[in-house]
Amino acid sequence: MAKFMRSAALSFCAVLGCLSAWTVQAEKNLAGVWSGTYAEDWPDRFPGPELGDYAGLPLNDADRLRAQSWSASLIALPEYQCRVHPADYANSFADIRIWEERDPITEVLIALHLQHFAWQTRRTIWMDGREHPPEYALHTSMGFSTGNWDGHVLTVHTTHLKEGWLRRNGVARSDQATVTEHFIRHDDILSWTVVVNDPTYLEEPFIRNRDYRYNIDGQIANYPCVSVIEMVREPGYIPHHLPGDNEDLMFFARNHQVPVAAAMGGAATMYPEYMQVLKTLPKPEAGN
Amino acid sequence: MNTKLLQQLCLAMCVLASSVINAQQQDFDAVTIEALQVRDNIYMLVGSGGNITVQVGEDGVLMVDTQYAPLSEKIIAKIRELSDGPLRYIINTHHHGDHTGGNANLRATGSTVVGGNVGGDITDAGAGAQIIAHENAMLHMIAPPEGQEAAPSEALPTLTYFNDKRDMWFNGEGIRVIHEPNAHTDGDSIVYFRQSDVIATGDVYVTGLYPFIDIASGGSIQGVIAAANNIIDLIIPVYGQDGGTLVIPGHGRLSDMGDVINWREMLTIIRDRVQDMIDRGLTLEEVQAARPTRDYDPRWGADTGFWTTTAFVAAVYQNLSTPQEGSL
Repeated sequence: MAKFMRSAALSFCAVLGCLSAWTVQAEKNLAGVWSGTYAEDWPDRFPGPELGDYAGLPLNDADRLRAQSWSASLIALPEYQCRVHPADYANSFADIRIWEERDPITEVLIALHLQHFAWQTRRTIWMDGREHPPEYALHTSMGFSTGNWDGHVLTVHTTHLKEGWLRRNGVARSDQATVTEHFIRHDDILSWTVVVNDPTYLEEPFIRNRDYRYNIDGQIANYPCVSVIEMVREPGYIPHHLPGDNEDLMFFARNHQVPVAAAMGGAATMYPEYMQVLKTLPKPEAGN
Repeated sequence: MNTKLLQQLCLAMCVLASSVINAQQQDFDAVTIEALQVRDNIYMLVGSGGNITVQVGEDGVLMVDTQYAPLSEKIIAKIRELSDGPLRYIINTHHHGDHTGGNANLRATGSTVVGGNVGGDITDAGAGAQIIAHENAMLHMIAPPEGQEAAPSEALPTLTYFNDKRDMWFNGEGIRVIHEPNAHTDGDSIVYFRQSDVIATGDVYVTGLYPFIDIASGGSIQGVIAAANNIIDLIIPVYGQDGGTLVIPGHGRLSDMGDVINWREMLTIIRDRVQDMIDRGLTLEEVQAARPTRDYDPRWGADTGFWTTTAFVAAVYQNLSTPQEGSL
């Protein structure tokens, strides 16, 4: 009898182990602090993009004009100073913390919460199958996100985004955009792919990938921001460039000897075949 | 004013008139009224026509705007899901029929607070909810510009104001009705619920189209921008441009500071571009050919329907090329 009990117990443990392994394989644990790895796209991510650099972005003519009209002086206005990075841009920046919210009785995953160090923004990814709100509900910088596990890949769908940006030099992303993200964990590396679908301002979906490394000592600091009046301006003044009047527009193309047509972006500039086109385009005169 | 501009503005007014007729021909049976809870006791009702704001509480029900008359039964039914209190006040943000069409029906379901030696002495003294609006809104409802329909007498405001604001206290909070001069019309009011921290804007702020500038009713682009700046001044966000004071637009989705800032930015930039073109001597045809709104058109523009991009640019051009009277 004792032998039988031992065998039964071992079998039970084996089944539990299999179930446990299956669970781990199907739903990765993403909780913890993750530090960005910045080898990729460093100039774009921390120092910030240069003026007039829209290369590799599938923006359409309308978005190009918005970018060309943008003045960096805009972010000196008090109401713009603490404007946070939208959910689809925030992964370009700094460390993140992810934690789980589970039903205390059933242990079923209700939501994943994600905090960005930059601007201390927090977003919720609902995992409980709830519906997205109606279109007339509030849009926010973080949007409304629902997720599901597709094998070991967490796929997240986000709607209800407020207008944001694809690049920090005036390239707008509209509030009509929806975003699909894929979180893939390989041991201590987290790959995070963002796909932006914007029927207003993009010719094709825009795809951005970022990698993070698990940080066992990681902490997320506060990120306070208080607006101040940096300069006295007329009430209601909005800095911008009139069409054809932006002297900074050639900054990137001239500094890096990139053909202007390439610097102005568009879907074609995303693809490797564009290298052949580049060879046929004139380079701008050097200088600022 | 040049002939072309006149033609385009007349066309816009004809389109407005036809939109009134279209409203009369709409299939209102297919419309459902949905309620979005904005704060504990504030709701946004969405159906057909302008958004309705409903405030409920111990004192009863207050609503901002009334959509179209054929929807009144459905609107009342939806309000009854939120409160069984009496409808005391209706506030009209302006005179257009998509915001005031249900005035008469809804007023009839409510009752006005009366007292002293009036209550009980005069049979109908307390009959019907009070309708509050700016005086200019009432004047337009009585004698509307050409192409717009006069309102029946039972739909007219019963309490008007002619200065910059009117304050009231209802359901435990202060409510400030603020006049926004010469914006969407010359009779616009925004309604600020101070404790709930919600602003109902009427059509001085919408989220789907360029602002309809009803020039015949005293509207102007400068006034719409000024209204946006005033709304932004009232808003206190939680952080950055998110949350805090919530904004119920005349049409479209619930908003907060970031949305109104983007709207103000767009209108200011378009205004500056058109003004620059006028200063350089461009005609309306040349301005329209230059497409000063082309970066915003995929989001805000329309080629057909009630308010096209062409009509919007013509209205901005007329505003800016005509000397403004008053303080704007």
